Amino acid sequence: MIPLSWYIMLSATLFTIGVVGVLSRRNIFIILMSIELMLNAANINLVAFSHYLQSLTGQIFVIFVITVAAAEAAVALAIIILLSRNRGSVYVDEFNIMKG
Amino acid sequence: MVNKLLFLYFASVILASAVLMITRRNPVHSVMFMLLLFFHIAGLFVLLNAEFLAAVQLIVYAGAILILYLFVVMLLNVDRESAAPRANRFWPWMAGFGVLIAGEALLLISRGAFPVEDGQSMRLAGGVRELGETLYQRYLVPFEIASLILLVGLVGAVMLAKKKVKEE
Repeated sequence: MIPLSWYIMLSATLFTIGVVGVLSRRNIFIILMSIELMLNAANINLVAFSHYLQSLTGQIFVIFVITVAAAEAAVALAIIILLSRNRGSVYVDEFNIMKG
Repeated sequence: MVNKLLFLYFASVILASAVLMITRRNPVHSVMFMLLLFFHIAGLFVLLNAEFLAAVQLIVYAGAILILYLFVVMLLNVDRESAAPRANRFWPWMAGFGVLIAGEALLLISRGAFPVEDGQSMRLAGGVRELGETLYQRYLVPFEIASLILLVGLVGAVMLAKKKVKEE
């Protein structure tokens, strides 16, 4: 059968791709989607542990993570609409109004 | 053996579409690759006997959250996107450190030992009944708090995005 370490390797790689996306892209949409990517990497880990430990707690956690991701997406997209309405841009390196 | 082949297929498509997602210039293309990634993560959940979570992944992530992203991407104009640079000026550093961190994590995981076997009993097979009983009995208070978080998200999104009306 599939070793548990394969799932953890996949999840770690996916999380790192998400981190690189957050740190290197300029478009704020891609940054938000990279955050979703990191949440999904954690979900894979939780479901894999839940399967291998024969415990449902991991799956319950995944349901809560998806709930929080939905709320986060709604609020973050509202903030993006507000930003692009007020500043006329969706690029994070142009939001430097608080730079000293 | 079939399971391993399926896992390798899902994992390779997930990693490839994740890399493509963070490198595409057009945000709509990124959303499409994210959709592909969510579908394959749902397949991985089925492989892990979590059928209900696979359905939730498809309905909530692919059906609701991603469509919300797609709406907002299309609402805001992305005309300038074709000319502007897509990454900030530190991106070679960030990509290099990402490869370094991923390599280190893979090395550590492959050298570590995980003393758990693949789950054998099928009673727990992602059953909606067991999941519901656990969620509504043992985790009832976190469930209610999650509903409060969703309410805050709803009200917050409406309050942030609505136009300010002049009060005369």
